[in-house]
Amino acid sequence: MPDKEKLIEVKDLQITFGSGRKKFVAVDHVNIDIYKGETFSLVGESGSGKTTIGRAITRINPVSAGEILFKGQRISGKISKELDREVIKKCQMIFQDPMASLNERAKVDYIVSEGLYNFHLYKDEADRKRKVEDALREVGLLPEFASRFPHEFSGGQRQRIGIARALIMEPEFVVADEPISALDVSIRAQVLNLLNRLRKSRGLTYLFIAHDLSVVRFISDRIGVIHKGRIVELAEAEELFIHPLHPYTQALLSAVPIPDPELEKKKKLIVYDPSIHDYSVDKPIWKEILPGHYVYGNQRELDGYQREIEAAAV
Amino acid sequence: MDNKKLLLSAKDIEIEFTLRGKVLKAIRKCSLDIYEGETVAIVGESGSGKSVFTKSFLGMLDANGSITGGSIMYDGTDISKYKTEKEWMTIRGKKIAMVMQDPMTSLNPLKKIGKQIQESIELNQGVKGPEAKRLAIEMLEKVGIPDAARRANQYPHEFSGGMRQRVVIAIAAACRPQILICDEPTTALDVTIQAQILDLIRELQKDLNMTVVYITHDLGVVANVADRVAVMYAGQIVEFGNVNEIFYDAWHPYTWALLSSLPQLGVKGEDLPTIDGTPPNLFNEVKGDAFAPRNRQALAIDFEEEPPYFAVSETHMAKTWYLDPRAPKVEQPKSIRMLREKMKR
Repeated sequence: MPDKEKLIEVKDLQITFGSGRKKFVAVDHVNIDIYKGETFSLVGESGSGKTTIGRAITRINPVSAGEILFKGQRISGKISKELDREVIKKCQMIFQDPMASLNERAKVDYIVSEGLYNFHLYKDEADRKRKVEDALREVGLLPEFASRFPHEFSGGQRQRIGIARALIMEPEFVVADEPISALDVSIRAQVLNLLNRLRKSRGLTYLFIAHDLSVVRFISDRIGVIHKGRIVELAEAEELFIHPLHPYTQALLSAVPIPDPELEKKKKLIVYDPSIHDYSVDKPIWKEILPGHYVYGNQRELDGYQREIEAAAV
Repeated sequence: MDNKKLLLSAKDIEIEFTLRGKVLKAIRKCSLDIYEGETVAIVGESGSGKSVFTKSFLGMLDANGSITGGSIMYDGTDISKYKTEKEWMTIRGKKIAMVMQDPMTSLNPLKKIGKQIQESIELNQGVKGPEAKRLAIEMLEKVGIPDAARRANQYPHEFSGGMRQRVVIAIAAACRPQILICDEPTTALDVTIQAQILDLIRELQKDLNMTVVYITHDLGVVANVADRVAVMYAGQIVEFGNVNEIFYDAWHPYTWALLSSLPQLGVKGEDLPTIDGTPPNLFNEVKGDAFAPRNRQALAIDFEEEPPYFAVSETHMAKTWYLDPRAPKVEQPKSIRMLREKMKR
């Protein structure tokens, strides 16, 4: 994938909260490149820092160390006002809970066009109305819905409103933070299809944040597995599912429920024990063990992974 | 199944809620038999009535709802006729207990964990004071909380989500109920924790000889735990059978739709099959098969007359006209037939 254009580059990113004794490292030395047009997923359990990374890219959380590049330009830390506005427009976010992320007191019309108001992205009132209608139609809602309030909609419809709000800014990059976790099974498929369709029609690039691996396999091109603020493994989706190397990835994969009673009842659960890593002398590194497949480990572990790969290849 | 003892038998249950002067028929003639020692899973989307149906076994319906028809036979009495809290207290907790979905809201934040379990033991087992406390700590150990004696003195906010759910399970299981109803016990939890909680419930079930009823919308969970599955739609059980029959040989179009919209079965780059439309409004009378308006292959009769149950096998029933001998031949969707093949990959 070297010829692909890098849209987002995250370099040695570190994010900490608090200071002194209360200092907490939420994200630790994270390196990711996200290519134009792909869906990159971050999976990990709650508290692993996956959302924090997404929020750092959209400039909601400040960065403590390292940098984030958008189309080769640094967008972390202090940047010019123009660039800041540019980033806000081009990098949009879809939030997890559609019940909580929409302003209850505002009509859909205002919710969707808030970004337009803030950046004066419309010529006149008629132009704004037309843009709102287009955005609503694009996510499969009726233009009449603009005059209603969020509580009049179901969960799936609200999530569509959230997506319309992001789309109206004509973003290039969208951070989708668990966009379907709060939705019903039957609605999940609809929202996933919508996201996939928009990616094709708009040429969007997604950072998809999830804890549900079954969804991630279906939607993503590449997956990064994050544990306690560190990315422990990164590979193409199928590769990761077929040859998981890091013990945490294996534990996570083993926990995914399979909708098949015979396989599910035979399934063996792997529990991850972080104390198996002895990093006191032999320091761990981030290594590309196969083309496009990265894993975090020390030399001894990496040798072990290498042997596993060779054994699997035979 | 023949030699198993019938524990609870709900027959033609109807439940109505009065909302702003209008009547909502939440449950429309639901029947379910629960046998001793088995695990039953009830699946369906939100609003299908799966929680309401099981809550009626414990008399936990909201004040504006009531059972308007049918019977729930348990231990020789029809508990659906119970009116007072006093009557219900002989069942609720002691015989049938419930684990709620969200461990963040089902514990009292101002009481120590140990006290909360102790309370349930004192209320239901007739032991008091230090003895109850000892049992509470024993229960905490049983649900896998390390250093139980110390942890019993802590408050809920000092516990993680998974640990809290373990405590909730401990409270429910402390009264040694015959039936444990778990209402979406893992939806609020991480996948790794989810698997652990399911294992825990399974162990407790064996240890304490309980019968477990799961309410869930996650078919992965169903595949993991269930012996039998009931699929609910718009206040009715549309299909029930052994877990393998539901997964490999489903016949109701709603079950098909649920199974085929799973992302696990999706093909990359293609759209996932979805279910169009929304469930019917239960304020109105439902005519025919409630799922017909969302079913692209609905038959003409689906809109006219409600289908009865047709037997697929001795243990497997589906409420769809597709199984009527007079109906045109309908094939199960490809994704259902492929399920077994695909999952082997």
